[in-house]
Amino acid sequence: MPIDKRIATAAEALHDTPDGACVFISGFGGAGFPNVLIRALRDCGPRELTLVVNSATHRYSYTHELIEAGMVRKVICSAARGHSKDLSPFEELYRDGGIELECVPQGTFAERIRAGGAGIPAFYTPVGYGTDLTRGKEVRMFHGREHVLEQAISGDVALIRGDRADRYGNLTFRYAQANFSPAMATAARCTVAEVRMTEDAPIPHTEIDLPGVFVKRIVAVGGEAGQ
Amino acid sequence: MTPLNRFQMAWRAAQDIEDGMVVNLGIGIPVLSGDYVPKDRDVFIQAENGIIGCGPLAAAAAADADLVDAGSRRITLRPGAAIVDSTASFAMIRGGHIDVTVLGAFEVAANGDLANWDMRTPNKGPLVGGAMDLAACARAVWVIMEHNTRQGGARLRETCALPLTAVRCVKRVYTDLAVVDVAPDGFVVREMLDGISRDDLQSRSGARLAFAPDCGVLRAPPIEETK
Repeated sequence: MPIDKRIATAAEALHDTPDGACVFISGFGGAGFPNVLIRALRDCGPRELTLVVNSATHRYSYTHELIEAGMVRKVICSAARGHSKDLSPFEELYRDGGIELECVPQGTFAERIRAGGAGIPAFYTPVGYGTDLTRGKEVRMFHGREHVLEQAISGDVALIRGDRADRYGNLTFRYAQANFSPAMATAARCTVAEVRMTEDAPIPHTEIDLPGVFVKRIVAVGGEAGQ
Repeated sequence: MTPLNRFQMAWRAAQDIEDGMVVNLGIGIPVLSGDYVPKDRDVFIQAENGIIGCGPLAAAAAADADLVDAGSRRITLRPGAAIVDSTASFAMIRGGHIDVTVLGAFEVAANGDLANWDMRTPNKGPLVGGAMDLAACARAVWVIMEHNTRQGGARLRETCALPLTAVRCVKRVYTDLAVVDVAPDGFVVREMLDGISRDDLQSRSGARLAFAPDCGVLRAPPIEETK
């Protein structure tokens, strides 16, 4: 049967997300947030999720809607601070002990995900040594410098956003849209990508940023590039 | 004696960025330095989200939501720019390919310890971003910060009171009163404002200051402080 990973709706693409799933969400600074998929996941309503997302509270991302809806048990991120003086939905839950947080340096966050998708269970890094964020972690000297042992992260579902995709799941990114998506796509058992448009013809190999091997489901969501 | 304003501090740090360097500028005052690099120096500004070669901010009509820097600002690219994903961007940082990172800070200790990520604001979530990766792994770490807190407390200290970002990493500090190196034996003042005495500068600092034999005058052109 010819491969075709295109799925008509975001709801259909996420309908089987189970309770307790570990869900990656890509995006940085307004580029590459899979907001259509995030809303669809909210409407599917799985509970007890672990979110692996760079920012728990970014103003351009809808991640906070999952947290507000009480669907999230734990967040692994590099940024959990709300933008306003008032507490964000995450911060209120965190204050009241209603959500677990693992705060990770952003490069360690990215590398733990990369490792998870690349079959590397753990690695040593100098980042974070001597700080609160690595307290209790194994330390080992390499080249006369302290390094901490960090564990890989792999998970169940990755929500990513690209620009164009073909039926094989090959996709392209615009500008800084890629950010965490390529690593997250490798580290999840089921990667779902929302893209601006899908194409019937295969995307030329010179234009592919992420091969379809790492992408299970594609949803075209429309919209204008760069808006 | 008039202390430098934020833009003048950014200008002063920019004068030390050398031709051919790859630099990463933290959010806040450091990112302003990008506008003041002398025009005869060919410099690549790297942003953690994968932009290698940030240009000036985009005009409103040309702004693209997918082309942002680490501060979520819509930017342009300089000639020769490239864009990579987050794992490659942090490989560049951890791998020692960034010549200088300029960061904001709350406190710097005489041994180069840096505290710039957690002010212990009650109930606000933590935000570390890429600070620990940059501080631990850039080839040189420069800090721009006001010499004293609003309450008059010293930001140059024997040891940091706030949680550390990285140990023994800061090489140079640009304040509104002085340029201070972190040498093996502690702080060494390289430049200080005209009209401030050594005793006065020492009294505003929380650790012993040495003064370089060729200690000069800290100067910056008038730059109006805008929001």
